[in-house]
Amino acid sequence: MSMLRALALSFLAACTGGGAEAPREIVVGQYGSLTGTAATFGISTQEGIEIATTEQNAKGGIAGVKIRMVVEDDQSKHEEAATAVSKILSTDHPVAVLGEVSSSRSLAAAPLLQKAGVPMISPSSTSEKVTLVGDHIFRVCFIDPFQGQVIADFAYNDKQIRKAAILKDVKNDYSVGLAQVFTKHFTGFGGTITGEEAYGEGDFDFKAQLTSIIAGQPEALILTGYYTEVGLIARQARELGFTGIFLGGDGWDSEKLVEQGKDAIIGAYYTNHYSVDDPSPAVQAFIQKYEAAYKKKPDGLAALGYDAAKILYLAMEEVAADPKMAEAFADRSTVPATEGSRKAARTALRDRLARIENFAGVTGSITIDKDRNAVKPAVVVEVTAQGPKYVATKAPLGAAPAAPAPGPEGEPVAAPPVEGGVPAPAPPQ
Amino acid sequence: MTQFVQQLVNGLSLGAIYALVALGYTMVYGTLQFINFAHSEVFMAGAFAAMVVAVHAGVAENPTWAGVALVAVAAMLFSMVLAIVVERVAYRPMRKSSRLNVLITAIGVSIFLQNVALVSFGTVLPFPEIVPRTAWELGGVRVSLNNVLILGVTLALMVALTYVVERTKIGLAMRAVSHSRDTAALMGIPVDRVIVATFAVGSLLAGAAAFLFCIENPRVDPAMGANIGLKAFVAAVVGGIGSIPGAVVGAIVLGLAETMVSGYFTSTWRDAIAFLLLIVVLLYKPSGLFGRHQMEKV
Repeated sequence: MSMLRALALSFLAACTGGGAEAPREIVVGQYGSLTGTAATFGISTQEGIEIATTEQNAKGGIAGVKIRMVVEDDQSKHEEAATAVSKILSTDHPVAVLGEVSSSRSLAAAPLLQKAGVPMISPSSTSEKVTLVGDHIFRVCFIDPFQGQVIADFAYNDKQIRKAAILKDVKNDYSVGLAQVFTKHFTGFGGTITGEEAYGEGDFDFKAQLTSIIAGQPEALILTGYYTEVGLIARQARELGFTGIFLGGDGWDSEKLVEQGKDAIIGAYYTNHYSVDDPSPAVQAFIQKYEAAYKKKPDGLAALGYDAAKILYLAMEEVAADPKMAEAFADRSTVPATEGSRKAARTALRDRLARIENFAGVTGSITIDKDRNAVKPAVVVEVTAQGPKYVATKAPLGAAPAAPAPGPEGEPVAAPPVEGGVPAPAPPQ
Repeated sequence: MTQFVQQLVNGLSLGAIYALVALGYTMVYGTLQFINFAHSEVFMAGAFAAMVVAVHAGVAENPTWAGVALVAVAAMLFSMVLAIVVERVAYRPMRKSSRLNVLITAIGVSIFLQNVALVSFGTVLPFPEIVPRTAWELGGVRVSLNNVLILGVTLALMVALTYVVERTKIGLAMRAVSHSRDTAALMGIPVDRVIVATFAVGSLLAGAAAFLFCIENPRVDPAMGANIGLKAFVAAVVGGIGSIPGAVVGAIVLGLAETMVSGYFTSTWRDAIAFLLLIVVLLYKPSGLFGRHQMEKV
């Protein structure tokens, strides 16, 4: 029966292809913010994924079938994310879907994928809520409870900050969550939060909030939003006379940060997934490939996009070792008779993804835990005019303090964690 | 006390930019009785024009006051030309249709222009620093050069607008058309030309607002019009739509309210309070603070 079906399918495929080459392909979907306010997030991720896909296809794809990536743009809008994914699901019948960077947009689309039984891997949505949507939703980055702890730890222990204020984006799940976790850990260490204010994505005037924050005389200002507003906030804060340091999360990771923040943002620190200064061969090899393809240094999102795609392809390869599964991956017909086998293949893929352990990614060793989150270290980097500079590595929750990721010892740009090269614009009093 | 004065300075600068945009809404409403929802995109287009000129005319590398003025004029002229084209292509053919049709057309034009910008520029772009970001400390209050420019340019444009509307022939014609379009036509006033002039003046102000906005918040974004357009529209309605002083007062009130709410209450409630203000004003004074009470003629 399955022989017959395979025969019939290959016959059909040969007919519709009309050429010498069989048009069999495995479709993987991807949605991201390729245009709009957070465009660098989507573009970097897409470029990282593209490199992984090209590599995989050069190796012969999955069980001899080439991968075709279907990319949909969500214009950096939450509502468009759901639309983009619906479109991918209904027209392209993907085996799995990669995306999004923003937690809010991942949350908008994840329920659709969970319902359709299509595994989704988010490269870089760090809000805890994302993978709680269901057992088909994975991620390859650390989560905010960890990231918030790292920022608090770095501020309190490395930078000796005792009074901090927070300015968060209330329209962004990631930003709100990160602010909460930071507060919990920072006050846990014994620090004081002198003020917590909010803005909405797309706002342009932060002076009212900043004026009241500065009145509380904090030594550091924690900006948990995206680079899209952080640059402006930093400039307005300096203009109003703020002399402390700025700290933030991986939402800052974009070349646009310094473009918009200019001098005001230089000397600020943020947590990230990897550092380009990391001398490990996996990192340097990726940087080389990326630079050859795109003529610029990859940011953390590109690295995560690459890792997400790599993990997906690894899992697909293993599942496709079973020829029946390989057949189901390449089957894009909507014939109800084949629905069962395709579903089985996706379930097998999901199960394989859930068992990923010690995957040597560019962004560190990745193990998927029972909540489908990646357990891995974070790095703290400093914003300089030449790009982000490595400062420290912080181990994952529950792990030994010795960081598993190699530190860039001996690198000319590396500096000991505390006495970072360029001092903050003005030392806190 | 210094914090209060600082918030006052912040609020006035914000209100001034709202005011320049609000005037465009109110003037078009005054003559055509419809809300020109594409006005926010005229503002956005002005910002992109300013950015393009600043980058490509060499003002970014070598900022001089003449260069800054060139950027400002480019923003104003581009906004004006765009608004005139929109009026000619999209609104004039609809002149005899019901007001609802024109309103929907305006929304369509707005979405169209926003997407043209999205396709051509793709994303948020930085606006070059052409005005030095200096600030002075006056008794604990920090006043920046931008604050001074924003308030100064706005004030100058208000004086010029008042002069045009109150003292010139075209201003008289505008007021006549706003009073009754049909009567004005019967009296030999070229109504179409007056309407074009109204769009031109309103969009010149929006272009100026875009320039001031960009020097203070150095980035341009295809969606930047939506937020400020909505606030300016609210300001125009609070002040009494159709009334020029009303738009200015409404905008200043809104700017101050937003700032004070964020500064003294909680910034999470900033927009909620701003719109609550709108509801309260409309409950007690349905035609707005300065609005004329109009009887529906039967």
